[in-house]
Amino acid sequence: MSEQSASGALKPGQKNRQRVEAGLRRRYRAEARFRAYGIAAVALGLSFVAMLFVSIVSTGWTIFRQAYVLLEISYDADTFDPEGTGDPEVIGSGDFSAPIKASMRELFPDVEARAERRMLYGLVSDGAQFELRKRLMAGPEAVGSRETLWVLADDRVDQLLKGKIGRDQPADLRGLSDEEVAWIDRLEQAGQLELRFNRSFFTQGDSREPEQAGIWGALVGSALTLLVTLVLSFPIGVAAAVYLEEFAAKNRLTDFIEVNINNLAAVPSIVFGLLGLAVFIQLFGLPRSAPLVGGLVLTLMTLPTIIIASRAALKGVPPSIREAALGMGASQVQMVMHHVLPLAMPGMLTGAIIGMARALGESAPLLMIGMVAFIVDVPGALTDPSTALPVQVYLWADSPERAFLERTSGAILVLLAFLLVMNLAAVILRQKFERRW
Amino acid sequence: MTGETTHATRGNHVVPPERAEQGFRTIGEITTDNPVVVCRGVNVHYGDKHAIRDVSLDIAHNEVIAMIGPSGCGKSTFLRCINRLNDTIPTARVSGSIALDGRDIYDKQQDVVQLRARVGMVFQKPNPFPKTVYENVAYGPRIHGLAADRTELDEIVQTSLLRAGLWEEVKDRLESPGTALSGGQQQRLCIARTIAVSPEVILMDEPCSALDPIATARIEDLIDELRRNYAICIVTHSMQQAARVSQRTAYFHLGDLIEVGSTDQIFTNPRHKLTEDYITGRFG
Repeated sequence: MSEQSASGALKPGQKNRQRVEAGLRRRYRAEARFRAYGIAAVALGLSFVAMLFVSIVSTGWTIFRQAYVLLEISYDADTFDPEGTGDPEVIGSGDFSAPIKASMRELFPDVEARAERRMLYGLVSDGAQFELRKRLMAGPEAVGSRETLWVLADDRVDQLLKGKIGRDQPADLRGLSDEEVAWIDRLEQAGQLELRFNRSFFTQGDSREPEQAGIWGALVGSALTLLVTLVLSFPIGVAAAVYLEEFAAKNRLTDFIEVNINNLAAVPSIVFGLLGLAVFIQLFGLPRSAPLVGGLVLTLMTLPTIIIASRAALKGVPPSIREAALGMGASQVQMVMHHVLPLAMPGMLTGAIIGMARALGESAPLLMIGMVAFIVDVPGALTDPSTALPVQVYLWADSPERAFLERTSGAILVLLAFLLVMNLAAVILRQKFERRW
Repeated sequence: MTGETTHATRGNHVVPPERAEQGFRTIGEITTDNPVVVCRGVNVHYGDKHAIRDVSLDIAHNEVIAMIGPSGCGKSTFLRCINRLNDTIPTARVSGSIALDGRDIYDKQQDVVQLRARVGMVFQKPNPFPKTVYENVAYGPRIHGLAADRTELDEIVQTSLLRAGLWEEVKDRLESPGTALSGGQQQRLCIARTIAVSPEVILMDEPCSALDPIATARIEDLIDELRRNYAICIVTHSMQQAARVSQRTAYFHLGDLIEVGSTDQIFTNPRHKLTEDYITGRFG
């Protein structure tokens, strides 16, 4: 700009500049304020997440270790196979608590009163005899021999060792008498009682006894349920979305369907549970408490989410790609299959994973179809009775024993880990499919 | 002149009398000696909007015809009628007749997939598929089953890229993504993709508007070469480009085809007032 025109336009220009400057500080203040709100919101969210993790991890991390007692077990031939038949049925019907009791008596020869002895035996978990039975059935030739073995201790012993039961608490609050505490101390000093890796938690199903209760049954139940959900909801959801978005005529009927799908996404999940109970169990006669039915119910719940996300992903594919394909003479199906679907796949996978994550955390609909039952066995098939991780959390949280508090947090940790693995798989899959245009 | 007999009756009332009185009447010769595409009385409605009114025009073999006109005049809409891409717009309604080699393309017998294999299209924004360079060119032959085996397909890909003037630049990176090429290369890739199925007509909708002058020059040279084998119909906003590449020019204004003529005549001696105003830059 030349000098002349600059000086000629000075006055109005300066006036405007002053006005802008006057408003500038206000604008920056508003901006700073807005940023502060944002940071505060993020900080608040993060602090709650941190609190959640701290509280769960701090109560739950001890679940990886469990108190075990080292016992000298003798498989007396008199007890297990008096006639020397070697018949597993005879061996299996023996009294497996006897060698444990005998071993405890050996360790504490000074305990003689019956009531005291019963207390002493109580330090070892009931589960120990089942463990012995399993070992002997696996190798019947061990009858007549001796072995030293780490067996599960009672949950109260475990809690005391972990410091979850205070030694200075009164005996009735503690759940352990002074004698029991003294025995535990003696065992610990002798190196015959220690915290070892908690294998049974990760390999067993539920139990009334906290020390025997494991998460594996619920984990398998959840995995089977989600497998059914994924196998059904992803293909059905994607197919529905593709049809509605790419092929269906845009008219009142499709509008009506769209509104209904959106509404279904907002239906409380327990309603789907009721529907599953009425339709799958009552009408179709499918078994109760089965992962198959759970998966079907969660499919109904997840479908709207997947359909909505998939439609959004399809809408996001640039029209230029569609035109390019159509312009080349691709048919509608070829256009969708060769170009649109691959480009929409990452978005669809995101939708699916959001739906699956919700399904994993869902307990209400599963309560309605009986997956809340107390189930000890690990399910081996889709129709076996089973429970699921969130339901297991709910069941344990409801149990009075102190050791179940630790299990509850432990189960939540497993649930979160499961979620993490699932999300990780989704991220990897998505990166595989991700393409730029 | 195979198609002419069936459309002769329509050709007589190209412009309805009342509109002719208002001065809307196509000036110039809409017919040619050697037409591939014969359009008669084409009307397009988008819902209530009348986008093109009674357009009649021939597109000839081995000729580049340029469509010019201000934005929203319907030239792109007209172009998209010729390969029935307007079918994808639910509200679009096309009437009148467009014949390719004497057969009405809006006839129920006409398969739209086959039509689009015969009438290729290059778009305004380069839109290669997010696949490799090779796959981009091989896509058309593949879906139409034009190549019997891999060697034949390789040959088609190479010839198409050669004719699009892109072979030298991409022969070492046929397996790299087509979207990684520069804008001009992408547009030439799109042209290669189009000619890989050996169409009879190539429609180009402002093919250079997203490109720099050098890339534009290359595309224009290419269009001139392609004219030897194809009928080319190009929509452009650049009058210089129309003047450089085309033999005939059609001027559209608000949905009407105002004037058609040889490019020389349109740019040096326009007969209609609107054409003159437009090419002299009084509006547009």
